[in-house]
Amino acid sequence: MSTTLDRLHRGQTATVTALELEGAERRRLMDMGLLVGTTVSVDRVSPLGDPTAYRVRDGLLVLRRGQAHLVHVDLPEGDPT
Amino acid sequence: MNRSAILDEAARLRAELDDDFRDGIVESLYTEASRITSTTLSRRESPARTTWDKLLDRALTHRVWGFVVMGALLFGVFWFTIAGAAAPSGLLSTLLVEHGHGWLTRLVAPLHVPEWLTGLLVDGVYLSTAWVVAVMLPPMAIFFPLFTILEDFGYLPRVAFNLDRLFARSGAHGKQALSMMMGYGCNAAGVTSTRIIDSRRERLIAIITNNFSICNGRWPVLILMGTVFLGKLVPPAFAGVVAAGSVVTVAFLGVLVTLLVSWGLSKTVLRGETSVYSLELPPYRPPRIWRTLYTSLIDRTLKVLRRAVTMAAPAGAAIWLISNVTIAEASLAGHLAALLAPLGWLMGLNGLILLAYVVAIPANEIIVPTILMLTLTLGPDLLGADSGVLLELGTAETRTVLVQAGGWTLLTAVNLMLFSLLHNPCGTTILTIWHETRSLKWTTVATLLPVGLGIVVTSLTAAVARSAGWV
Amino acid sequence: MTAADSSSNTSPACGDCVLNNASNLRKLGVDPAGHDIVTAVAGNPNTGKSTVFNALTGLRRHVGNWSGKTVDRAEGSFEYRRRRYKLVDLPGTYSLLSTSHDEDIARDFLLFGRPDVTVVVVDATRLERNLNLVLQILQITDRVVCALNLVDEAERNGLTVDSRHLTRELGVPVVPMTARRGTGMTELLEAVEQVTSGAITTRGKRVQHRDNRVEQAVSRLAERIEGKFPGVVNTRWIALRLLEGDPSVERAVADGTLGELSTAAVIAASSDGNTT
Ligand SMILES: Nc1nc2c(ncn2[C@@H]2O[C@H](COP(=O)(O)OP(=O)(O)OP(=O)(O)O)[C@@H](O)[C@H]2O)c(=O)[nH]1
Ligand SMILES: [Mg+2]
Repeated sequence: MSTTLDRLHRGQTATVTALELEGAERRRLMDMGLLVGTTVSVDRVSPLGDPTAYRVRDGLLVLRRGQAHLVHVDLPEGDPT
Repeated sequence: MNRSAILDEAARLRAELDDDFRDGIVESLYTEASRITSTTLSRRESPARTTWDKLLDRALTHRVWGFVVMGALLFGVFWFTIAGAAAPSGLLSTLLVEHGHGWLTRLVAPLHVPEWLTGLLVDGVYLSTAWVVAVMLPPMAIFFPLFTILEDFGYLPRVAFNLDRLFARSGAHGKQALSMMMGYGCNAAGVTSTRIIDSRRERLIAIITNNFSICNGRWPVLILMGTVFLGKLVPPAFAGVVAAGSVVTVAFLGVLVTLLVSWGLSKTVLRGETSVYSLELPPYRPPRIWRTLYTSLIDRTLKVLRRAVTMAAPAGAAIWLISNVTIAEASLAGHLAALLAPLGWLMGLNGLILLAYVVAIPANEIIVPTILMLTLTLGPDLLGADSGVLLELGTAETRTVLVQAGGWTLLTAVNLMLFSLLHNPCGTTILTIWHETRSLKWTTVATLLPVGLGIVVTSLTAAVARSAGWV
Repeated sequence: MTAADSSSNTSPACGDCVLNNASNLRKLGVDPAGHDIVTAVAGNPNTGKSTVFNALTGLRRHVGNWSGKTVDRAEGSFEYRRRRYKLVDLPGTYSLLSTSHDEDIARDFLLFGRPDVTVVVVDATRLERNLNLVLQILQITDRVVCALNLVDEAERNGLTVDSRHLTRELGVPVVPMTARRGTGMTELLEAVEQVTSGAITTRGKRVQHRDNRVEQAVSRLAERIEGKFPGVVNTRWIALRLLEGDPSVERAVADGTLGELSTAAVIAASSDGNTT
C-alpha cells in the first residue's frame, strides 16, 4: 500500500518509493542513507508530537512531519495502518 | 579557452545528462556500500538496538517524564554547582583576596614603590584577577564535568528531540537546541557550534539568539543576587535552593526569549523556508566519568586562569584608574556613573551598574567585583575602604554595602538578573560572531539587539514596580 | 605485499613488534617542529575521530556523544618508529558533497589539503552509511586506512564485521578497534606506517557511475579544468560539482580563485612550521 512516511505509526516498517524533496534537502537526506528502496521503520515520536525518529540503515534519523510527508513509502500488504 | 568557457562547457554537458544524475551517483555508492555490508557484516539474532537504549529513550523522551527529567537535571546541575562551589569559592577568596592581598601589600611596602603603582597593580590588577579566580573557578570546575558527563551519555540530542516542535514553530533549525546548550558553557563556543546548521538564515538566527543562553561568566551575578536578595526572603535553610531556583528561572526565561526572538527574526528580517532537519540520535554510551572529570577540570582551570590573566587583569587596572583619576573634584568613574544615572534609573538599576557593564564588555566574569568595587568607591565612606579596593565580603556585608552604600532594592536585584540575561555578548563572543558571519551588519544586530531588549524589559518592570508602589 | 594480507595482523616480519610498539609511539601534543607525514582523521560524525586523535597525540580535544561536536580543524603530532606525523582532526561529515560549514572544512582539507594519508574512522554499528563516505574518499585517494571503530558497541548489538573481508573489498587496510579503550591503536599506527612508507600498496575500490555518460562528462570537464588551472588536484571532483551547478565552485572558476586552491591548500597543510 502506498502512503507517505508521516502517516506511519510507531513500529511500522516500509520501503521508500520516491523522494519529493528538492535541492540541498534531497541531497542531505540521500547522503544520510534515505534513498529509494531503503527500508524505514518508525522508532519513536517526540513528546510534543513532532518530529519523529526513524530507523534508517541502523541509525536513528529524526525528521519533521513536513519532510516526512514528502517521502513516499510502500507499506507491505496486511500491515494494519 | 577562458574560465567562463569551462562553465559553458559544464552547462552543455549537464544538459546532456538526466536531471537526476546526482541521485544516480549516490545510488551507485549506496548500492556498493550495501553489497559490501551484506558480505562482511553478520548479525546475531538479537534486537538491532539494545533493550537498555530503548528503555532509556522511553523514559527520557516520554510525554511527561521526558520533561520532568529535563527540568530535574537542569535544576540539579545548577543546584549542585551553586551549592558545591560556595565552600571552595570562600576558601579561595580568603586565600587569594584577603591573605594574598595583605601579603602582597606588605611585600611591596618596603620597596618604596610610588603609591599609584601599587594601587594600580596590587589593588587593581591583582585583586580583580584574584576575585575572578575565586568566583569563577569553583562553579566552572563543577558545572563543566557535570555537563560533559551528560553530553558523553548522549542526552543532548534527546533534549533537541524533545523541544524541537517549539523551535520549529519559531522558524528555527532543529539543531539550534544543541548550539543553545553549548552556550550555557560559553557563548563563543555556542556561536561556533552553529556551524552544524546548513542554512545561512537559520544559522544567523541561532547565532543572534545564542546570547540568551546564560553562560558561566554570568552565573556569579545571578548567584549573588539570588543568595543576597532573594535568598533573604526565605528561611536560611532554603537559601541555596532559592539561589539555584533563581538561576534556573533566568535560564528558563532565556529559552523563552530565544524562542520569541527566533520567531520574531524568522517573521521579519530573516524570513524564509525552514531547511532540512537532519538530527541523529546516537546510542546512549556510558560516560567515562573519571576521564571526563579529569580532562574537563584541567581544561576549565586553564581556561579560567587564562581569561583571568588576559581579561580580568587589564579590566582591574581600568577600574582602579577610573576610580582614582580625579577630574574636577570627582573621580572619572563618578562622572561616568553620573552620566549613565538617568538611564540606570529608568531601567530600575543605577549608573554604577551600567558603568560596570561597560567596563566588563571584554569579560562578563568581572561584573560582580566591578560592581562591588565601584559601589564601595563611590558610595558613602561606610567601611573605610580605599578607592577601588575590594576585600572579601560575606553575604551579609555584601548586602550591607549594596543596600546602604548603593541604595539597592529588590527591584535593583531582579532587574540586574534580567539585565544579565539581556545585554550585549562579551567581547570574545562578539569577535566570534564577526569571525563566523563576516558581516558587520549581523555582528551589530547580534550585539545591540539583546541590549535593546534588556533596556526595554527592565524599564517596563521598573515602571510597573514603581507605579504599583513596590519600591 | 598487498593491503589484504596485512589487515588485522600486522606485517608478519615483525610478529613481536605489536608487543613492543607501545614504546614506539611518542605523543607530542602540539609540536611546532617539522613534520614528515600529514595524516587526516576523517569520517562520519560521532564515530570517535577526536577520541583517536586524543589517544595518539595526547591532546585533550573535546569529545561528546552527538553528531557535530567537532566543528573545526585541529592539529597535533606524534612520533612512531622515529617518523614524525602531523595528525589533523576534522569535523564529521556524511558526504563530500554536503553543504554545512563544518562539513566544508573537512571536505576542503581532504580534497585540497593534500594529506599523505587519510584515516577514515568508521562506526562498525552503522557500516552501510559509513561505507558511503569511505567509497567517496576512495574516489579521490588510494592512501587510506580504515579504522573500524566502536567494535565493542557492535558486539553488544550482536554485530560482527569481518575486517579481513572488508579489507579485500575496499582495497585498503581495515583495522578493527575500540578507540575509547585504546585497543587496536598499535595496529592502526602500523597500518598508517605501512601505507605511508610504501611497504604496502593500496588499490582502493573505485565505484563506477552507473550512467556511462556521467563518467564521460566528468572526464571531459576535468581535462578542461586541468588545462586551465594546472596544479589543482582532484579535478574530477570539481568537474562533478560543476555539472551539479554548485554556485561556490562556479564562482571559484569564474573569478580564478580555483587556481589558488593548489597553493593555498599547501600552505594550510603546512601552516605550523613544516619546512620540508
Ligand atoms: N563504546 C565506545 N565509545 C566510543 C569509542 N570511541 C569513541 N567513543 C565515544 O563516542 C563518542 C563520540 O566520540 P568523538 O571522538 O567525539 O567522535 P567524533 O567522531 O570526533 O565526533 P564529531 O566530532 O561529532 O564528528 C564519545 O562519547 C566517545 O566517548 C569506542 O571505541 N567505543
Ligand atoms: Mg570530533
